[in-house]
Amino acid sequence: MSALLSVRDLSIAFGSHRAVEGLSFDVAPGETVAIVGESGSGKSATSLAIMRLIEREGGSIVNGSMQFGEAERIDLATADEATMRRVRGNRIAMVFQEPITSLNPVMRVGDQVAEVLIRHRGLSRKDALAEAERAFEHVHIPDPKKRLHQFPHELSGGLRQRVMIAMALACRPRLLIADEPTTALDVTTQSEILTLIRSLQKEIGMAVLFITHDMGVVAEIAERVVVMRKGAHIEAADVATFFSNPRTSYSRQLLAATPKLGSGAPEAPALSAPVLEVKSLSTSFAASALRGSSRTMAVNNVSITLGKGETLGLVGESGCGKSSLARSILRLVEPETGEIHLAGRDWLRLSSDELRAARRDAQMVFQDPYASLNPRMAIRDAITEPAQIHKLVSARDARDLAVRLVERVGLDADSVDRFPHQFSGGQRQRLAIARALSVQPKLIIADEAVSALDVSIARQVTDLMLELQRSEGVSLLFISHDIAVVERVSHRVAVMYRGEIVETGRTDDVLGAPRHEYTRRLLSAVPRPPLPAPAFQSRRRNDMNARSVLPGDRIHALETLNG
Amino acid sequence: MLSYIARAAARILLTFLVVITLAFAATRLSGNPIDYIAGQGLTQEDRALLIRYYGLDRSVAEQYLAFLKSFFDGEFGLSYVERRPVSVVVAERIWPSLQLLLSSVALTLALSIPLGVLAAIWRNSWVGSAIMSFAFLFYAVPNFVLATFMILVFAYWLNWLPVVGNGSWAHFIMPTIAMSGILIAGLTRFTRNAMLDVLGQDFMRTARAKGLTETEVIFRHGLRNASITILSVIGLQVAGLAAAGSVVVESIFSWPGIGELLVRSAILRDYPVLQFGVIAVSAAVLLINVLVDIAYGFADPRIRFGKA
Repeated sequence: MSALLSVRDLSIAFGSHRAVEGLSFDVAPGETVAIVGESGSGKSATSLAIMRLIEREGGSIVNGSMQFGEAERIDLATADEATMRRVRGNRIAMVFQEPITSLNPVMRVGDQVAEVLIRHRGLSRKDALAEAERAFEHVHIPDPKKRLHQFPHELSGGLRQRVMIAMALACRPRLLIADEPTTALDVTTQSEILTLIRSLQKEIGMAVLFITHDMGVVAEIAERVVVMRKGAHIEAADVATFFSNPRTSYSRQLLAATPKLGSGAPEAPALSAPVLEVKSLSTSFAASALRGSSRTMAVNNVSITLGKGETLGLVGESGCGKSSLARSILRLVEPETGEIHLAGRDWLRLSSDELRAARRDAQMVFQDPYASLNPRMAIRDAITEPAQIHKLVSARDARDLAVRLVERVGLDADSVDRFPHQFSGGQRQRLAIARALSVQPKLIIADEAVSALDVSIARQVTDLMLELQRSEGVSLLFISHDIAVVERVSHRVAVMYRGEIVETGRTDDVLGAPRHEYTRRLLSAVPRPPLPAPAFQSRRRNDMNARSVLPGDRIHALETLNG
Repeated sequence: MLSYIARAAARILLTFLVVITLAFAATRLSGNPIDYIAGQGLTQEDRALLIRYYGLDRSVAEQYLAFLKSFFDGEFGLSYVERRPVSVVVAERIWPSLQLLLSSVALTLALSIPLGVLAAIWRNSWVGSAIMSFAFLFYAVPNFVLATFMILVFAYWLNWLPVVGNGSWAHFIMPTIAMSGILIAGLTRFTRNAMLDVLGQDFMRTARAKGLTETEVIFRHGLRNASITILSVIGLQVAGLAAAGSVVVESIFSWPGIGELLVRSAILRDYPVLQFGVIAVSAAVLLINVLVDIAYGFADPRIRFGKA
């Protein structure tokens, strides 16, 4: 069978920087190929080059060809703009990562889908809307007639991505390019969207080029895998071979760094008096600043405890109240009822002066390492600021403290005189941890602290946190939507759903034998990279006892992985 | 939603009360009007009589309360100068002012939005630089300088255009340009920035991925989104224009509008006209703001449905 898309020797440049160099791969009709790689690998540049949207992003195709089509073939690399306009949205369609920013916020979603049909099918607006309604039905959007007239902000993340898919599939394309289409979604929604893409693909008979960094997603959806790193093609294999017998060391490292649910939790520390005790805590917000009447319970009657040197993993989907709980504990928002005992203090009784002094016991590490460090502040000041505020260090000694801190988190001593933009995302997160450590807190709350990082980097950062916990005896409240990561770092787990803790217990117990229906649903939605070789044949979506173990010494692999 | 409207209405009413109070206070600070309206050669008795007649002998607080009462009774008083009800004096000035305002706004929109869009699309070429250079130039020139310059060139030297009054369409040309010069420059720059923000958005990429033409992408998706931010600025600027621009420009061109009336009344200490004129202009500014808020809701569905 001849290929639907043949990419040969593709090179893409942004100015003088080569984003992709000599990339070749094929996509057969009806086939699903996953392009896998970490950030900076050139996978998104490749997808934009196929659509010839790369020029708009400031890039250019320097070399290579991209033959596309079955009967008559065109070279996408050299096609003119008029030809490309007939291809885009019609024969090749694309779904992007962030459905909320990828949809026009001021245009009704029905019109956004109809627009494609008007453009490529020459339909009238009325006919196109009728067709859009069928497209909505097709992607299982409930109540499609009503949804047509809604705006993106009125839809949930999952529905928005369904709208994007309906839009992409409206003209029945031969090739769908899906660029991280589920990365911004919760696991349960992700699982629904993947199932949807798979079933529609069969029905329409289109090929799918799936861009992702998530090995679990690759295992769920792809037939073949192309691995990229720093713009270069690393290896290509069918998915079973890839997981059972990756040929290159980079692929093995990538697989090893991927957190896998069922790898087992760390050993719990010896029991001790709790550092943090939260009893029946409730926090609510006004539902709307304009109406001011009804209030939403963000945190509802939550009780948790956290011992010294212990990590409690807090999992749940976006909007479940995880971050509100964290903020309530730190009194960044004022809880309504309940009790908090932190480091021996009745936390909610503290006056604002006492609270300010007491806050050194509880520090926080945030999700976005780019936003959480002041770009104008040298590292030596940024990471010692908490210590200076609490007068634990004089301005003269601050630099020495900064040096000790950066060395503590695995960075060079001369880092302290640099500025945040000179560091990578992983390094910045290390600096954020150093800042939290500067006041020797009893509790660190890490709110999605590794969610924005590539898997191998995330792995290094969580390893660092575990190591620091062992040496400093600090307690960790580790908040994440990624259950596999939570499992790796948490002694105990609390599952949060709609503001309430629905289940809590030892990590292995909760994840191995979940008692609450929601926990089960959450777990079954997590995509899993398969076991090596024979076990791959039977995909074990609900088999909680099958624990995947991957070849190679993981820790060793990590040490050799990029620094 | 109802409480939102109620609060908005209360806010407008409060603003309006502040405006009325300020209008009252400002006129009391500027000297005794009797000396101006009656002129020289008034006997002391007549002067005292007039002061009592207009209630100027009472305390400021009493005057203020009397002023408020008559205002809400719909009695705005007589012009000291023209001896006619101020409502009539002001009302006949509204239409000429509105005509000038509308023609200025129309010219501003017709020029600055296309220019701003072009400047954004061609930001890296000479076209964009040329547009922005002109915008900067006009932004730096005050309207009275522009007006005087135009009068010098087109009326005095070339004798092409009339200067005084509003008798024909030709009378509109110079006042309209003088009124909208700064506005066009400001709005062109703002449109460019708003478009630049939008051009980098993800949904623009989605629109291109649909196979739309560049024109469709720019106007249907880009400008539609940029229009939300542009609208908010138009509202502010038009309000400012209605208040400040018209005073200067109408005076220069002897345009029979409210701005010219205000200046003249201020010079003549015609308190009732001045007060009512200021209040009328303020009411117009408030009205424009309300209209912009409503238009904003139409342009941005996220606001219409009460979410930010």
